[in-house]
Formats: sequence, structure tokens, C-alpha cells
Amino acid sequence: MTVPATTAAPPARKSTRPNQYFRNMSAKIASIPMILTAVVIFAGGTLWTVLYSFTNSRLLPRMSFVGLDQYERLWAAPRWTVSIVNLGIYGIFSLIFSLLIGFLLAALMDQKIRFENTFRTIFLYPFALSFIVTGLVWQWILNPEFGIQSVIRSLGWTSFRFDPLYDPALVMYGILIAALWQGTGLVMCLMLAGLRGIDGEIWKASRIDGIPAWKTYLFIVIPMMRPVFITTLVIIASGIVKVYDLVVAQTSGGPGIASEVPAKYVYDYMFQAQNLGQGFAASTMMLLAVAIIIIPWAYLEFGGRKRG
Amino acid sequence: MADIASLNTTAVAIDAAKPQLAAGPRGKRPARAFSGTNIMVYGTLLVFACYYLLPLYVMVVTSLKGMPEIRLGNIFSPPVEITFEPWVKAWSSACTGLNCDGLSRGFWNSVRITVPSTIASIALASINGYALANWRFKGSETFFIVLIIGAFIPYQVMIYPLVIILRELGIYGSLTGLIIVHSIFGMPILTLLFRNYFVSLPEELFKAARIDGAGFWMIYFRIMLPMSLPIFVVAMILQITGIWNDFLFGVVFTRPEYYPITVQLNNIVNSVQGVKEYNVNMAATLLTGAVPLIVYFVSGRLFVRGIAAGAVKG
Amino acid sequence: MMTRFRAAILAAGVVLPLGAAHATDLEVTHWWTSGGEAAAVAELAKAFDATGNKWVDGAIAGSGGTARPIMISRITGGDPMGATQFNHGRQAEELVQAGLMRDLTDVATAEKWKEVIRPASLLDACTIDGKIYCAPVNIHSWQWLWLSNAAFKTAGVEVPKTWDEYVAAAPALEKAGIVPLALGGQAWQSAGLFDVLLISLGGKDLYLKVYKDKDGETATGPEIAKIFKAADDARKMAKGSNVQDWNQATNLVITGKAGGQVMGDWAQGEFQLADQKAGTDYSCLPGLGMNGFLATAGDAFYFPLLKDEDKSKAQEALAKSLLDPATQVAFNLKKGSLPVRGDVDMSATNDCMKKGLDILAKGDVVQGADELLSADIQKQKEDLFSEFFASTTMTVEDAQTRWAGIIASAE
Repeated sequence: MTVPATTAAPPARKSTRPNQYFRNMSAKIASIPMILTAVVIFAGGTLWTVLYSFTNSRLLPRMSFVGLDQYERLWAAPRWTVSIVNLGIYGIFSLIFSLLIGFLLAALMDQKIRFENTFRTIFLYPFALSFIVTGLVWQWILNPEFGIQSVIRSLGWTSFRFDPLYDPALVMYGILIAALWQGTGLVMCLMLAGLRGIDGEIWKASRIDGIPAWKTYLFIVIPMMRPVFITTLVIIASGIVKVYDLVVAQTSGGPGIASEVPAKYVYDYMFQAQNLGQGFAASTMMLLAVAIIIIPWAYLEFGGRKRG
Repeated sequence: MADIASLNTTAVAIDAAKPQLAAGPRGKRPARAFSGTNIMVYGTLLVFACYYLLPLYVMVVTSLKGMPEIRLGNIFSPPVEITFEPWVKAWSSACTGLNCDGLSRGFWNSVRITVPSTIASIALASINGYALANWRFKGSETFFIVLIIGAFIPYQVMIYPLVIILRELGIYGSLTGLIIVHSIFGMPILTLLFRNYFVSLPEELFKAARIDGAGFWMIYFRIMLPMSLPIFVVAMILQITGIWNDFLFGVVFTRPEYYPITVQLNNIVNSVQGVKEYNVNMAATLLTGAVPLIVYFVSGRLFVRGIAAGAVKG
Repeated sequence: MMTRFRAAILAAGVVLPLGAAHATDLEVTHWWTSGGEAAAVAELAKAFDATGNKWVDGAIAGSGGTARPIMISRITGGDPMGATQFNHGRQAEELVQAGLMRDLTDVATAEKWKEVIRPASLLDACTIDGKIYCAPVNIHSWQWLWLSNAAFKTAGVEVPKTWDEYVAAAPALEKAGIVPLALGGQAWQSAGLFDVLLISLGGKDLYLKVYKDKDGETATGPEIAKIFKAADDARKMAKGSNVQDWNQATNLVITGKAGGQVMGDWAQGEFQLADQKAGTDYSCLPGLGMNGFLATAGDAFYFPLLKDEDKSKAQEALAKSLLDPATQVAFNLKKGSLPVRGDVDMSATNDCMKKGLDILAKGDVVQGADELLSADIQKQKEDLFSEFFASTTMTVEDAQTRWAGIIASAE
């Protein structure tokens, strides 16, 4: 860590500069809750979890170490491997489509359209509903017996087939439809905000130079929106890793184990199977993966860089 | 590429000077009313609007049907006989075990939880963001990164450590404990938002205040707070939605007398046995979602403005 | 109704003159939230309130995943409720070992639980190191086949009397566009189905050999292979039942869209709600019509150790009132389950429940899988059978090998 302590704060007045530790004293005191949360809850809780993942804790945490047993069992479990693959599929498509749809909608909304407020509300309202509800409604709509499939069949197209939640090969995409419905509104808002933050002069200049609109978006506007994309990325990605309620409400992991996800594995084994050790081992693997991706990126993004 | 770069800096400068610039549309000026572009723009928006509205339509329609009609029918057909029975039942007579007073039971508890939790978590996160943006100290970035990683931890994993910590502090089961829990889990994303916002505020203001001898708190209250209404609105919307919809923490960390409205919603929607009353489920869902929805309708404009000014620059 | 109520007051009053002296609030958590269940809980509450105390209801819907972490957190967090429901079996074992739960042996001895509770294995499941820690309240059994008479009429075959006849009738049902076997998508239903096949087709000894003795040779042997063969039949018969919840599956049987469903006795409530008559509209086959063994599963109440003396007294009153004969009858009639006492009058029950009571009276019961296997093993079984019943490619041999592996790892 080489964050210069003074990059942010301009030099304090000379009279109040006793030594290194007392500088920024108020800031440090004010940051105590954050430091406690980071150190005690997130770091401490994580260490605690990692520690107990090496034990055979069942209903209650207990210190009887079994080495790597829990991890061996974890990676031998077909359900865990399926969960990882599913998270990969869901994560990649969710990221791509959230950003794509979010940006597309934001760009359209930014065309000086009428009824902007109405459209924005329509796109954003699903975000106010919980995942449990989202899952329940979409489970209905996608149900072949009385949802979209049956409606289209009743219109005469009797061989029409649309039952993603009952097809192991498609079930993750069925969940994706619901997830995008719930979450893209917020992405749209963030993107729209980003677009609004870009100065109109840029559009003028690009028009004068005869640059087509799509090129302006791709090569000028999007690079300028980097911070928005980062905020959005953190919000989307943390949601993806933790996806649980939606799957439970829509499919309970089925058909079979075709839509299982890691967070559900963790939760099921901690509380239904009453095998804390196994649940902790699974969550440690999840955290490890997240840490490997995030830590280097976070240091590049937030660490050591100059203010602004 | 040179001219683009210089444009870039100008834009940043202009923007920095006018941070809460009104959020007016900035895209390419649209052509005449019925041009091809316009049809495409509205067409696409309408198609997407259908996708977003379809579930709402299903929910509303279902909530107005009687159970016999639901068993027969297709979920998209409008109700033959409109009944408000399910709404009344969901609000005032649906049973949770022995207590048959519907969602109304948990409503005020949810308010009691949401208001202080929202205030506390936002107050904490805004101070964090402010310290991280303007008063960095050795190690502050590391703590921040730990926080961001914390956003990726599945909540359920943290239940036991938190139970133990709160038990040792002697506040397990109290409202205070729950407020602390909400503040902890709201902290990562909120701190990120506030940090990015405060970083985007013109540095000159901060410097000038420092030269005038203002300290940490003085600058926060006198300069930063008045300038950051939009980001507070964003944070408020995020937190109200999150805390209002929370079920797990609300029951794990409190006693029954504080159980939030989502407990009743869960009990209505998730009953493992017996007949599912889909109409009541949908009415309960809409009623529970009403508070965050109203907050959105009222503050939607501020929301975009807030994000425009806040999350944009990092 | 009124007489029963009075009987409860009387019984409780006689047993516990002290409890009535001062009313104490006791919070009771459980996951009985549906209409029938809530009505049954109301009976328990009524009986408890009659002792002069007050039942404070803490219902949380959604058993395993939702309610249990809340209950466990409350107990370990040092802010326990007065009493809580658990499935009896091994779920609360560790809480007891950690000294967080209350020893009920005194109440049990005074009330002669050992003599009245039947089958005796129910109380064994509550007993840890010779002390009794829970009060069983009902018996549920899984081994029932529910058949739609209408569906078989449509298909032009007779309503089967045994599992084998049922399997034989499957092609005719399919031809008539009826799903032979309704099976909900949730994992516990698949695992439950297999266990039912195991007891009903394999018999008590085979069942105990694998689940109680964890005998590895039997688990990989030919007898079990037969059960997996039957599971394979069931898998083919269940194809096309696109439902999640068990009651949605039951609804397929009620409406004649499916021929039958293997589900516990709680399914009966659904038939009753739909105004169906046993014998004419639907048929029930305990033990799948093969051999009449029922495995017991059920609910019990556990009592966390409390410091408050009044509350501890109220706990005793509650434990007593739960097993009071009048309470048992009132509760179990509403719940659709069987009472844990053999000495109560259940003449108000319907035909299917009477069949169950007969089996119980004959003593043809074995311990349920929840009592024999840990939650961890049960969950792994669920994962396996959930995959098996949804898969078209997983072979019977594969499934048996994996199943035997899980059994071998059981403690």
C-alpha cells in the first residue's frame, strides 16, 4: 500500500501539525464505524468463516478440525459443479444484457422524448419489488400450463413451445428474464445519469465533424462514462454473486438440480442440512473467487490514484 | 484524437463547476415528429415498456379475480367479476399463524425499522464517503476495498458471526441491533456512491474552506451537506427499498413485536401447505411494494438528477 | 366444540393448579401457517391459554430454509422464545448438547408419557442421554398413494390396489393423455418418494438395514437395485407433471389430470378442501398397497432453557397441555395427522385416516428417515433424487452407487 496520506487533503495549517498520527484526527475518528465494519464484520467475519470451514461444525460452530475434508466433499458434489457453471452462465449474460439494455434504454430516453417520466417510472418500478415476488410472478408467466405458452397455443399455434423453467437446458435463461426485468431499470437510471453528465458541447462538436451518432457513443461518450460503468458493475456483480431468492421463488433449483446456484448451496447446507462446515467451505470458495477478481482491480481503481 | 481529449477536459471542468446541473436531455437533437428515427425510438421504448408492464398487469388482474376464476383461467384474461376481496383480506385478515390481521400488523413495524435504519446507514455512509474522498489517511483505501469486497459476501454467511457479536454487545434482539445490521450491509454500496459523489465536487471549494480554517465537521455540515441533496435522495431510495423488502434480518435479529411487514408477506406467499390463494398473494405483494413504489413515483425525478450528479464521476 | 374446550380447561386445571395463579406470556414459534394448520395451532393455543397463561404466536412460514435459521439464531443469540416447533428427530440434537434446551424429564414422568405415547420410538427421538427434551404432538406418515378414480375411469382401467397394478396401468393412462404420477419439482418430494418405495416395496428390514445400520453391502446389493428399478418406473411415469409445490401436484390428481401421487397424509386436507370423498372420488393406499408399514415422522415442541422462573413454569404447563388427550384430538383432527396417544377417541376421522390408525394400532410402524439420518445426509439424498427424477440420462446403476456412497458417509 502506497497511498500518500496527503494527496487528498491539502496541507493543513502549520500550527496544527503535531505528527503523523494526529493528522486528520477528526477524519479518522469519523471513520471508526467504517473501519470497524470493514475489519470486524467483513474481514473478521470472513476469517471466522474460513476458519470454521476446516471444521466439521454441524448445527452450531465448533472447533474440531477435519482439515480439507469439507472442500474435498464440496468439489466431489455434482450439485456444486452445476452451481458454479450456472453462476457463470447467469453472470455473463446478466452482465452483458443489463449493461446493453440499460445503456440502450438510457440512450433512447436521452433523445429528448416525450413522456420521459412515464417511461422511466415503468422501467424502474420492478426494482421496488422483492426478488421473491419477482420470481413468483415470472414463474406464472413462464408456466406452460397457463402462461405465455398456453395463451399462444389457444390462439391457434398449437405446437408453440415456451417453457424455459421446465427445460434443464434453458432454465437459467428463464431466471435471467426475470432478473433483467427486476434490475435493468436501475442500470438504465445510472446510465441515463451518466449520459446527462456529458456536456452537450461534445455532441455539437461531433456533429460538426460529421461523426455518426453510434461512433460518438462508442468512442467518446462511453469512455467518458467509465466511473458510471464501474459503479454499475459493482452493483450488478455483487447482485449476481449473491443470487438466491429469485432462484428459490422461481424454480427451487429445478428441474432436478439444473438451476442451482452457489449461494443457494451455501444456504441449504448451512441451515437445511445443518452442516455449517460444508456451507462455510462453499462460501469460502465463493469469496476466494470474488477476491481474486476484485482485489487487483480495486487497487487499480481506488487505490493509489490521485483524487478525481 | 487530440480535439476529443481537449473536449474531454473541458467537459470535466464545466461539469465540475456545475455539479448539480439540471438533468436535461443531452442527446442528439431529435428530428421531426414522424421521422424514421422517432418511430424507431418510440417503438423500441414501447416494446420494452410492454416487457416491464406485463408482470404488473398480471399481478393487478389476478388480485382482482376470485379464486374460482383463477383456477379456470388464463392469467392474462381480465377479471370477469372484479372483486376487492383479496385486497381487503391481504391487508386486514390474512392469517399469520394465529394472528389474522393481515399485512396491517407489520406495517408500522416496518416503518419503525426502515426510518431509523435508513437515516443511520446514510449518515454513516456519507461520512465515510466524505472522509474517503477528501480526508484520505494511511490505509483508508484498504478499508474501502475490504468494504467493496464485503458487498459480495452472501448475507446468510454472516448471520452467525453477527449473532455472536450482537449477543456479546448485549443488543441482540433489540431494534438497535437491527439498525446496526442494516447499516453494516448498506455500507459498501452507499459508501461507494458517496465517495464518488464527493470526489466529483469541485476541489476548490474544499481548499478554500480549509484555508479559512474550517475543520472536518465544519466542511461536512456547512459545505458538503448542502451540496449533496441529490445523492442523498439516491441513497435514500436504495435503502428504503432494500430495508423495506428485507425479510431475513428483520426476523433473525429482532423479536416478534418488531417483525416487519415482509414476515406477513412471506407467510402469505410462502405457506408450505394448504391452498395457495394467488389473488391474495398478488394483492399482498402490491400492498407491500406500495411504499417503495410511492417513494419512486414521488422522487423519480430527483433520483435521476441525484445519480446524474453523484455516481457519474469517480 | 364447547365441551372439548371445557374438557381442556378441566384437564389442564386439574393437572396444574399453580399455573393458573398468574398469567405468563410465552412466545411459541412454529411454521404452521396455512388455513388448516393455523386452525390446528389455535387448538393448542386455546388449551394453553386455558391454563391461565398466554400463548404469544410467532409463526414463520417455510419450514427448513426459512424458519429454522431464525429459531436457531434466537436460541444461540441468547434471546430464546418460550417454545419452538421442530421436526422431531435429530434436528435439535446439538442445541441440547450445547445445554441450551430444557430437560422435560420431570414433566414426562409426572404425566406418564412413556406409557401413553405410541409408538414408543417417538419419545426415543426426544430422548438424549436418557433425558427427554421434547414433546411430540402428532404423527405424519409418508407412505400413501393417492389415486384419482376419475382418471382411471377415463383411461378405462380399474383403480389399482397395489403399486404393481398402478405401474401396469401407466400406459393406459398415458394413452388417455393423463400423467400417470404427479410429482412436484421440489427436492424433498423426490427424496420422499424414494424412501416410500424403499419401505413399501423393500419392507421394514431392508429399510432399517440401510438407514439404521448403514449396511454398505445391502446398499450396493440387488435388493436395493430393485428399488431403484421401481424409482426408474416412477421417473418415467412422472414425466410431464410440470408443477413445483406438492399441493399443486395433488391438485393434478384432484382434477383428474394425473392418475396418482405418492405423498404424505397431509395431502388428504387438499382432497377435503376440494369436497372429494374417499372411496368414490379418490382412493388411498397406505404403504402403496404393498405392505402396510408406515414410517413415523411428525412435529414436536422443544423448550429453550429460560432464566425467568415464571416462564419456566409456563413451559411446563404448555408441555402438559400439548399432550392432553382433549388437545390431542382437537389438534390432530384439524391438522389431518394422527395423535401421539393411543388412548384417545378418534372416531370422527375419515376412512383414510382410520386405515392409518389401524396400522398404528397394529404396531406396523418404523422410525422415519428424519429420525435415523442426519439432516446433512437427508439433504444429500434430496440433491441426488432431485437430479435423478428430473434426469433422462442418469442411469439406475449410477444413482445407486451415489446413494450407497451417501449412506456410507453417514454417522
